[in-house]
Amino acid sequence: MRTERISRVRWGTAAAGLVAIVALLAPPAPVDAQQPRRGGTLSYAVSALPPSFDAHRETTFAMIHPIRPHYNLLVKFDLQNYPKVVPDLAESWTTSRDGLTWTFKLRQGVKFHDGSTLTSRDVKASFDKIIFPPEGVVSARQAIYQGVRAVEAPDPQTVVFRLKWPVPSFLEKLASPFNWIYKADILARDPRWYERNVMGTGPFRFVEYVRGARWVGRRNEDYFERGKPYLDGYTALFIGSRSALIAALKSGQVLIEFRGVSPAERDDIVRTLGPRVTVQEQPWLCNLIVALNTRRKPFDDARVRRALTLAVDRWSGSRALSQIAFVGPVGAVMRPGSEFAMPEAELVRLAGYGRDIAQVRAQARALLREAGVPDGFSFTLKNRDVQMPYEPVGVFLVDQWRQVGLNVQHVQQETAKYLADMRAGDYEASVDFACDFIDDPDVQLAKFVSSDVNPLNYGGYIDRQLDLLYVQQSRTADRARRLEIVRRFERRLLDEQAYVMYALWWQRIIPHWRTLQGYKTTTNHYVEPDLAEYWLAEGSQ
Amino acid sequence: MQRYLLTRLLLVVPTLLSVAVLIFVLVRVVPGDIVELRMVLGGSYVTPQVLAAERARLGLDRPLWAQFSAWMTGIARGDLGLSMWSGEPVAKEIALRLELSLQLAVMATVIATAIAIPLGTVAAVYRGRWPDHLVQVFSVAGLAVPSFWLGILIILFLLSVFQYLPPLTFTSLWENPRANLAQLIWPALAVGYRYSAVATRMTRSALLEVLREDYIRTAWAKGLERRTILRRHALRNALMPVVTVIGLEFAFLIGGLVVTEQVFNLNGIGKLIVDAIAQRDYTLIQGLLLLVATAYVLVNFLTDLLYAWIDPRVAYQ
Repeated sequence: MRTERISRVRWGTAAAGLVAIVALLAPPAPVDAQQPRRGGTLSYAVSALPPSFDAHRETTFAMIHPIRPHYNLLVKFDLQNYPKVVPDLAESWTTSRDGLTWTFKLRQGVKFHDGSTLTSRDVKASFDKIIFPPEGVVSARQAIYQGVRAVEAPDPQTVVFRLKWPVPSFLEKLASPFNWIYKADILARDPRWYERNVMGTGPFRFVEYVRGARWVGRRNEDYFERGKPYLDGYTALFIGSRSALIAALKSGQVLIEFRGVSPAERDDIVRTLGPRVTVQEQPWLCNLIVALNTRRKPFDDARVRRALTLAVDRWSGSRALSQIAFVGPVGAVMRPGSEFAMPEAELVRLAGYGRDIAQVRAQARALLREAGVPDGFSFTLKNRDVQMPYEPVGVFLVDQWRQVGLNVQHVQQETAKYLADMRAGDYEASVDFACDFIDDPDVQLAKFVSSDVNPLNYGGYIDRQLDLLYVQQSRTADRARRLEIVRRFERRLLDEQAYVMYALWWQRIIPHWRTLQGYKTTTNHYVEPDLAEYWLAEGSQ
Repeated sequence: MQRYLLTRLLLVVPTLLSVAVLIFVLVRVVPGDIVELRMVLGGSYVTPQVLAAERARLGLDRPLWAQFSAWMTGIARGDLGLSMWSGEPVAKEIALRLELSLQLAVMATVIATAIAIPLGTVAAVYRGRWPDHLVQVFSVAGLAVPSFWLGILIILFLLSVFQYLPPLTFTSLWENPRANLAQLIWPALAVGYRYSAVATRMTRSALLEVLREDYIRTAWAKGLERRTILRRHALRNALMPVVTVIGLEFAFLIGGLVVTEQVFNLNGIGKLIVDAIAQRDYTLIQGLLLLVATAYVLVNFLTDLLYAWIDPRVAYQ
């Protein structure tokens, strides 16, 4: 009896001790606030590692999220009113009547973190590196500035872009979140210096980077926008595992992750944190498409390709899959909800977008009969072995095709092997994806011009009509006329020839602690974060 | 003894050389291209000329024999090369993670040994009785439950009951022991439990063998105390296979805790290996696998030395 009592006392003491230890280590409860206030350090998660620190050569958000706060752009997207472009280092700009000359006036007195003053020479050197990279220097976005003839710096506060033809989306392209402005003297000494070093004009100065663990910045007290940034500093924690990332969000060790979570993860976080968390959702400028290898039979036959796309009930797929994966919006090549998006009335006339699925599938079977494969055929759908959102969408597609008599094997591959097979044309049908920072047709349509023009066209088709439409829309300044050309491009790509199939667009889900204020989600994870605009509610750390 | 040591040391060189050749060939046989993964995967349009220039910069356009020879020459100079992904020296990338991985391996080994030796002994001494059954349940459960799953359970328990999550970033033991232990004690427990299960079973079976020996019976007949018989005569002689198991497990922990490191977001060697393979970072993969191979060779070597210390007859043989 006595032993039992002592044992109970010991267990009680041990439990109380454990509670005390855990209470000491646990973060404090958050408090809401509405007005911007200075102070505090924002911790957020980044789910991948930056390959280098040079935005001009990289394509990943993993480099943008931790490092972007050290830099400014010439112009940037207004994250409260995306995709409106607002000044950053440029305070104003004008364009010539013929649209061939863009002149930007820079802010006065902007300082680099080493104390030197920013001039137009720095802006010119940065854009020269992006558009006309010297030998041995990689620029990932060189191709989207093909319309630029020259960048000039006639005086210390003026930058002039001279174009070969009027580029309708030129300002938005300049606002690319990858166009960080570097210091000209450093680039002149070593154009690759920025691959492993940081030195910009941004709202936060670099403190430390522990590879694989964290990236730390502190407030730039000399920042050109008075009163900003609000935060004292930030810590970006690199968390690769989904379970660890969700646990970090739930525990408050990080307040946000700027890429996105799945519906199940969102629900889990909301269940745990209740009113301490808020969730923002937005159609995402990322999509899943199916590339069909037109170099292989029977995918060289447009009737077969049309049958494949007709068989997929995107509308019911959207309803079902959006419950379990971060996909949902149904659309053509231009993101649903964007200014270039195809209206639903027009969309339902495209192959595979009809609302009456029984009728549409009957058409699919008829096309297969016409193409000489009345009993269907077997093929393999290759996919990445990444669970979200690739796996559920792959399974969904296989199910849809089976309903018109096709026998499809779903093969999930490790990313490197998957990409190697796509690039080598070693596939029949493959789930493909694209993400970007801008809804502009130049960017969104580029992947689908002939494969001898853009090797990212994995379908391997040559279609000079598409190439022509692409160039026409790219050089058409009139918005309505441009939209009409984009529509023709979409109809040819998705309906008449059905070279590729758009499965579903992604849905961005961002849960974050309410203590993080000033954040508004946008259509993509590249233009965020803009840490100069965020603050922490009173009472938070 | 010296000759024994020298022979063992000399054998390390051809072993590691063979491993190096094997690693070099294997990583290049696997399909995938670091340049395309880095520049094309997200859908960016990068010209073939840019891709070719990047491959040339990384030395991937050179013949395989030239790449191998450059790697070997570097190793001879103590230089493992630069990571193709980050551009940082491979040695620096490894050094950054080695402290964490080594500490976790040591902590898990200490926990496992502290559990396994007493429990294995109790199980052997009380063979077929309830203490033995309890230990069997404990160790079978340890073998059945993967470390990462136990890790997830620990995290969920801490989160749901205490709203607490261990720190997500590593602080050196020498810098802040409290923060360091607050992070590493949980994965060490998760890993140490499975590890202890293996060692407990080995201790039990080895001790049972020894307890049947004539010299133990003689010791009982001489009227020696049970504690003396167990510690001085039985356990010491039963330790050889246990030391082997502990040594192999320790070497495994240096680079093998891939999933557990992911679960606890530990910036360790296992996670680095997986990242390097996923990114096809050839130089980093080569450096890491060579490190793991070296760890195995060294641990085996140390285990051999321990054999000689536990049983002096081994040295004479």
